[in-house]
Amino acid sequence: MAQVAHDAVTDADLGPFEIEDPELYHPKTFIGKYIWSQDAKVIAVQYGITAIAIGLVALALSILMRLQLGWPDAFSLIQPANYLQFVTMHGMIMVIYLLTALFLGGFGNYLIPLMCGARDMVFPYVNMVSYWVYLAAVLILVASFFVPGGPTGAGWTLYPPQAVVGGTPGTGAGIILMLISLCVFIVGFTMGGLNYVVTVLQARTRGMTLMRLPLTVWGIFMATVLALLAFPALFVSCIMMILDSLIGTSFFMPAMIAEGQQTAYDGGSPILFQHLFWFFGHPEVYIVALPAFGIVSDVLSTHARKNIFGYRMMVWAIVAIGALSFVVWAHHMYVSGMNPYFGFFFATTTLIIAVPTAIKVYNWVLTLWRGNIQLTVPMLFAIGFIFTFINGGLTGLFLGNVTVDLPLSDTYFVVAHFHMVMAVSPVLVVFGAIYHWYPKITGKMLDDTLGKVHFWMTFLGTYAIYYPMHYLGFEGMPRRYYAYGTDTAFMSQSAHTLNEAISIAAIFVAIAQMVFLYNIVRSLTKGKEAGPNPWNATTLEWQTPHTPPRHGNFDELPSVYRWAYDYGVPGAEQDFIPQNVPSEELAAARAKDEGAQGEGKADG
Amino acid sequence: MTAALIFLALLMGVVVWWLVRQTINVKPWVASAPQGIQSGVGFLPPSKLALGVLLAVITSLFALFISAYSIRMEVADWRPLPEPALLWVNTAVLFAASVGLQWAWRGAARENWPAVRRGTAVGAACALAFMIGQLIAWRQLTAAGYLVAGNPANSFFYLLTGLHVLHLLGGLVALMKTGGYVRAQAAAQARTGVELCAVYWHFLFVVWLILFGLLLST
Repeated sequence: MAQVAHDAVTDADLGPFEIEDPELYHPKTFIGKYIWSQDAKVIAVQYGITAIAIGLVALALSILMRLQLGWPDAFSLIQPANYLQFVTMHGMIMVIYLLTALFLGGFGNYLIPLMCGARDMVFPYVNMVSYWVYLAAVLILVASFFVPGGPTGAGWTLYPPQAVVGGTPGTGAGIILMLISLCVFIVGFTMGGLNYVVTVLQARTRGMTLMRLPLTVWGIFMATVLALLAFPALFVSCIMMILDSLIGTSFFMPAMIAEGQQTAYDGGSPILFQHLFWFFGHPEVYIVALPAFGIVSDVLSTHARKNIFGYRMMVWAIVAIGALSFVVWAHHMYVSGMNPYFGFFFATTTLIIAVPTAIKVYNWVLTLWRGNIQLTVPMLFAIGFIFTFINGGLTGLFLGNVTVDLPLSDTYFVVAHFHMVMAVSPVLVVFGAIYHWYPKITGKMLDDTLGKVHFWMTFLGTYAIYYPMHYLGFEGMPRRYYAYGTDTAFMSQSAHTLNEAISIAAIFVAIAQMVFLYNIVRSLTKGKEAGPNPWNATTLEWQTPHTPPRHGNFDELPSVYRWAYDYGVPGAEQDFIPQNVPSEELAAARAKDEGAQGEGKADG
Repeated sequence: MTAALIFLALLMGVVVWWLVRQTINVKPWVASAPQGIQSGVGFLPPSKLALGVLLAVITSLFALFISAYSIRMEVADWRPLPEPALLWVNTAVLFAASVGLQWAWRGAARENWPAVRRGTAVGAACALAFMIGQLIAWRQLTAAGYLVAGNPANSFFYLLTGLHVLHLLGGLVALMKTGGYVRAQAAAQARTGVELCAVYWHFLFVVWLILFGLLLST
């Protein structure tokens, strides 16, 4: 509930800004403005377009996989080696090059400066370099499709020894390019991440205290902190695997016979790689999830016209989830043969993480409770996210327990779980966020009908894909298999029929994404004019003098008087009060309003 | 993973403690006029904060390498290699580099530009000498038959020392840029640059002490 304070303070009384406005880089040419741009908003769009473009490649790969699984041997162009390559590249692209880049590089760049009330990131030049390094990483990854042997087919986890020795597709140039691409990505991300952290901590405008930050910024901020500390683990494992592969060190590679030949490796520890990989890999789940948590909170609050329930709890839950995410990594390794006490410890920490996560889910639902819910397209995606996230989260409770995990490990139950919780859920938020902020980014509204078609096709379609996979997993259908035959004779005939149905659903969902792309492109020219604040939202990005915001974001930096969730405040003239509206203005407006009503009564 | 866990537990502890301290007893839903200055500023200028964050990332990197080292060491095929005596000399040279930049930092604080120039020159020269010294140590080991892929102990030795030198190389680029500011007598930038470089040099010296200690003790 908002209390309207009546202290008559004007901007002039507040004293000077501590940090002087940064000297903005003023581009003079088209190339300077849109290509080598140092404006965080342009960089955000560059990140977004690149991430979505490479994401479409991953989408195409998933369809190729589903074609093989639904109608085995019907497509001669999909050989077993190709199938493994598709699995690997689909996973890696989706997790790192699409979701991480889009949430942090895309939404982070666009929203952090605007929502904090800053003119730009603190280090615009480093920010620009960050994007170009990311693009280089993407291009190196794409190059691996065209080298002899093709891209690596080791699975997105790249476990040695099979990622390095012959027999696995892409053990030559493919795996090296993948590892180099990841290292380059991490370097690029670190540059961006430094910017996001320092901008949130140091460049917030007057009155924007930490506890007045929109939850979107909190989510992106904490995810960045996690990424900065966790990505080094991936970097370390990539460097060591490159050395194993290229110059024959034995960090991870044990003594072994590969393709009938004794290799020169000796004594290396594949489990060491798993520890390092998952020390990065589990926080990575939250690097993707925390920005989604933040964004969905803001979308729900805005479109339910109600303040977020339990803001402080939401912030602390984000921080707690971030801290806990570093002590759960070995739950990905229950089948690697670990000490039972070790497993017990990691099962316990894994289940503890459900507490702050559940707090968030309850708070989202309680935000909707008795809200003035507007079923706009962003809101549909946000509500869809709650459903999907609860479903995926609940199966996580199964897999977090060692005894339940052992039989389910490496089955389609796992595939269904992680797709629900960290693929479909964040992607629904990505869509919701694009529908929510597209009007600010372009000045045009996205088409509502196409948006609703996109939502329902995607939401129902993804359920049709992943819900049945749980049953397939219970039946023991192993993941990453090219074909199911004599090795998996235990599978019932109906499982194969189900696979066909899943493939049809996958194609259906892929078509839905074409509707989305068409909407994005069409609305650029034919969309309705959005105006500065089409959702009547409170946060600062909707209060800019120009839409789309110009370089520098604001004419004069705004002063912040309130949190981001003043929706439906009793006594206020409108059902929302922007963060930069001072209290006395409200008081004056109300007095004027009451005066007018009084006169009206007198006349009557 | 103990080293990495201890470091990250400490770091996350600090982050959580700081955030809770910032956010406890705050009623975010109460509207009020901003208090005087811009929020969030005052405890460190952006460039120093950025260096702090970068050092946390680099510490995370080395902590993870040390964790990997201690896990890999447990396997039976580990045969420690003799550390060349030259490493003691290199340690002293890196210490001198740190002292040089500390001298420059003090000079910059008092606007004593000749001291800044001498200090940064000593810092840069000693850092270069350290790198050459490390290269010579590598050549001595290679000549003695300790090849990089010969044994995991060798591999880790080359990897850790190489990575440390690469970080120092990055520092030299920053120091060259700072040298430009000093020559141009851009006082504010030179002061900040020298300070950041000095902190970075001290940090890399401490990292080297830890790595050297690890190599000596195993």
